[in-house]
Amino acid sequence: MTTNATAPKTLGKVRPHQTQNEALVFEKSSPGKRAYKMPPLDVPAVDAAALLGDAHRKTPGLLPELSEIEIIRHFTRLSTWNYAIDLGMYPLGSCTMKYNPRVNEAVARIEGLAEAHPYRPDSLAQGILDVIDLLQRCLIEITGMDAITLQPAAGAHGEFTGILLVRAWHESQGNARRKILIPDSAHGTNPATAAICGYTVENLKSNSEGGIDLEALTRQVDEETAALMLTNPSTIGVFESQIHKIADILHAKGALLYMDGANMNALVGKARPGDFGVDVMHLNLHKTFSTPHGGGGPGSGPVACKAFLEPFLPTPVLCKTGNREQGTGNRDQGTGNRQGLGTEGPGTAGQLHWIYDRPQSVGRVRAFYGNTGMFIRALAYILANGPDGLRQTTEDAVLNANYIRAKLEDLYELPYKTASMHEVVFSDKRQAAKGVKTGDIAKRLIDYGFHPYTVSFPMIVHGALMIEPTESESLEELDLFIEAMRAIAREVDETPDLVKTAPHSTRVSRLDEVQAARKPILRWRPTE
Amino acid sequence: MRYLPKSPAERERMLAEIGAASIDDLFAVIPAEYRLDRDLDVPRQHAESEIVSYFRAAGQKNATDYASFLGAGAYRHYRPVIIDSLVQRGEFLTSYTPYQAEITQGTLQAIFEFQTMIAELTGMDVANASMYDGSTGSAEAVMMAVRVTGRHKAVVAATVHPEYREVLATYAKHQSLPSTLVGYDRETGRVDLAALDAAVTEETAAVLVQSPNFFGTIEDIPAIAAIAHAKGALLIVSIAEAVSLGVVRPPVEADIVSMEAQSFGVALSYGGPFCGVIAAKEKYLRQMPGRLVGQTVDSTGYRGFVLTLSTREQHIRREKATSNICTNQALVALMATIFLTVYGREGIRELAEHNLSKASYAAATLGSQAGAKLLFTGAPRFHEFVFQTAETPTLWSQRLMDEKIVGGLDLSKWYPELGNATLWCATEMVTRENIDTAARVLAAAPVEA
Amino acid sequence: MAYPTNYRYTREHEWIVLDGSIGSIGITDYAQNSLGDIVYVDVPKVGDTVTAGATFGSVESVKAVSDLYSPVTGTVTATNDELKSSPDKINEAPHETWIIKVELADPGQFNALLDAAAYEAFIAEEQ
Repeated sequence: MTTNATAPKTLGKVRPHQTQNEALVFEKSSPGKRAYKMPPLDVPAVDAAALLGDAHRKTPGLLPELSEIEIIRHFTRLSTWNYAIDLGMYPLGSCTMKYNPRVNEAVARIEGLAEAHPYRPDSLAQGILDVIDLLQRCLIEITGMDAITLQPAAGAHGEFTGILLVRAWHESQGNARRKILIPDSAHGTNPATAAICGYTVENLKSNSEGGIDLEALTRQVDEETAALMLTNPSTIGVFESQIHKIADILHAKGALLYMDGANMNALVGKARPGDFGVDVMHLNLHKTFSTPHGGGGPGSGPVACKAFLEPFLPTPVLCKTGNREQGTGNRDQGTGNRQGLGTEGPGTAGQLHWIYDRPQSVGRVRAFYGNTGMFIRALAYILANGPDGLRQTTEDAVLNANYIRAKLEDLYELPYKTASMHEVVFSDKRQAAKGVKTGDIAKRLIDYGFHPYTVSFPMIVHGALMIEPTESESLEELDLFIEAMRAIAREVDETPDLVKTAPHSTRVSRLDEVQAARKPILRWRPTE
Repeated sequence: MRYLPKSPAERERMLAEIGAASIDDLFAVIPAEYRLDRDLDVPRQHAESEIVSYFRAAGQKNATDYASFLGAGAYRHYRPVIIDSLVQRGEFLTSYTPYQAEITQGTLQAIFEFQTMIAELTGMDVANASMYDGSTGSAEAVMMAVRVTGRHKAVVAATVHPEYREVLATYAKHQSLPSTLVGYDRETGRVDLAALDAAVTEETAAVLVQSPNFFGTIEDIPAIAAIAHAKGALLIVSIAEAVSLGVVRPPVEADIVSMEAQSFGVALSYGGPFCGVIAAKEKYLRQMPGRLVGQTVDSTGYRGFVLTLSTREQHIRREKATSNICTNQALVALMATIFLTVYGREGIRELAEHNLSKASYAAATLGSQAGAKLLFTGAPRFHEFVFQTAETPTLWSQRLMDEKIVGGLDLSKWYPELGNATLWCATEMVTRENIDTAARVLAAAPVEA
Repeated sequence: MAYPTNYRYTREHEWIVLDGSIGSIGITDYAQNSLGDIVYVDVPKVGDTVTAGATFGSVESVKAVSDLYSPVTGTVTATNDELKSSPDKINEAPHETWIIKVELADPGQFNALLDAAAYEAFIAEEQ
């Protein structure tokens, strides 16, 4: 950046500001304070103790007692201690921290949708069923798959569902098979999922480019291999250019290709997993489709699959009267609605209803139908973008990652030179030589006003810095980030201790995680 | 493309910096035959006003102005306005799992408060940061009991929510974890203790019951615990209606409590997102699934909070993890925390008592109509009740809908032995007028009994 | 730190020292050093059998779990209860802090393990 000598200094990305201290809500409580008022009871009051007998609660739980203004201040003050996308770039690799549009929040709270009871008769739920139906058809089109379930509550839950489909299909072929292949670059949920589905995990070593080693794959795939769980683009942000060969090797032995769709933000509108050999995959609506991460959830993890896996989808599935096939499948139909929605929505042709009689189904993976509130938000995002917007979004996400790569690769080691898609993974090799590790650089980024990247993952990169900017960052914000990373690289050379003891600007300094784990304090207790 | 903060000129500049001739260069790694060379067949780009109109229309098509007696694991309670004011603060809404403790103390402290409130209400020592929902939480609780006991069988009450039982069956199927179903007493609607006693063996890892159970009846937890513990099995109590804890004695004899916290200020939203949570005795802590927040100090001695005991979790222990759960229901747990702060120690009791009063009036009024018979009167219940009608439910439910009332849930799909039985719920949101109208409509039925 | 010469070692970084037919088992200084601050130790129950080369428990730091491999086959006669409240003892004095005691099924297994010199050569290679 160039600055004119007479111009005032720019403020840069951050300045210190005051935050309020705030005790635990229990410590602010005082008996007799109230933040609620019940309306008068319009039926006779009962004597709870008499009615419930032994089942009556004698001692109330120690919940806090506060007034409304104190509650507002309490949680508002807590909120100001958080970093968030709304404040700035949040380049947490593999988490796709993109902008969460506010219209999503508004429409998810529309009374007729937010207050719908899951057991209301289908005839009174046609509006929400229309929404679900349209989202299903959009996601089928985006993934290039044939059928879908929206039931899974998050990505890992989607993996569980997807691997159950794999298992059910193999069982229908006479042998559930024994093992799942998982690359060493995979997210920890993949092996954990395979294990709870009753499979043994076999590790697949990545090749020198961080991708699938076709020779190793050929060697390891056998008649006991149920599937390969593949993240594509991989956790180092690289597209598996040999993807069709990977699928062929698996399919030749009767094994299936599962795709972890965590990185779909690199593909939407540009390439479809259903076209490159994937049999079953999950999506993360809270990553690719902009539903808010909310401090750790809720998410939503739809599972899309090819037609041969459709009979095994969890119950219930959505169908339209007189068309048993339509609900979960029928890619040919498309959304049928490219020009507009009209006020009636798309589902006017017939009544939608849930079908429970699915003899080959893997069963339910959760109560009711899924995180419906997230479906509404994801559909609002798709509608706001349209086909052109979705494609531009993907292009911008990839552009941003490559821009960061180009601007930092002279200072940070790039362990894999393969072309990056939506994220770039550096290693701390050069900085570690000075005693500064990826975790330290991450903490120092906080002082520059950014949320750190993902630290020490994937495991195939020693000391990884995994940076996913997403499409939501302006050039100005990217340049500030690059400037910060470059400044930190200089600090590592000149004042390494400054980096190793970071952050220096936060409410609390580095926290004692060892004490927290050795003597866990997991709840507040009143002092006697 | 109103969400994308770049001008065409900026994109060109960035491509030049990268050294790419066009954006297509960056996608060249995708084999040409797999590149999509057409527009996706999804609806065209819509203006914000059009999006709002579309979803408003969908909401109206759903029919909004019905009174409802539906419960069965999803409960309509009043949601204080400040819940949505607070959870829509961007610092809560648009942050993620608090891996970087220094800049996520807000989320961490709120979760610590949530864990404390859940432990207080359930009578357990510790609670986790949330599970997906009550159904998956119950399944995870059973798997936790398997790890604790090293045993591989479960005994499940037929009065546990049928969909929770289905979810457990899905989870258990591939873990060599058979379960035995235990029936219920026809007078009380409670689990049949003699049958339970016969079903629990030295191989039983866990007994899973729900209280208040699917019929709304409060189970005899001390008696069930004695049976489970006599054989060294753990007792898991599933709680689908969290508001009950304001007035119902907590299941302190349980080893693990799996709760659905949706009733604490979470919208019905057609079944999700809800908020499961697992609470347990401290000695089982190491086998708990899900995230935990712990209190600690920073380098200068100030109190702070961190994610802790992470070695249980998938990102460290991979295939040996206690669960594959990663993303949970943090924002929904925050709703519950705010709700519980609004009602507080006295309010949660008062709220629960209002529910009890409404349901008592509703059960007495509806159950006394000619042709209706209230079931399970031999045991206390919270705000749900079951009655049989002479008429099939499809007949009177249509008459109720004509009056803009959604009546009780038909139980014949899950409990055919109960005949024309329906499950009704009366929360504080149901008015006396709703109840009286429903009773009038039911009374109009042709009487056979 | 010196590796006691009366101890024997495994390539998985456990040590064992004999007192009659009872072996005390712990982890080496090298192991505790690479793990960092130990926060939890998971051990078998007294009376359980352990098998040479198989896992019998784990030690945990804040962000890592390391399996414990038994140097010998035998029956667990004692577990170190002090580690429940003070797992940091392993960091402070790894070679004095035993984790379990085992009655050896075959005392001959002891001598088949690495001696101090061989173990030190082994870890020199690993580094």
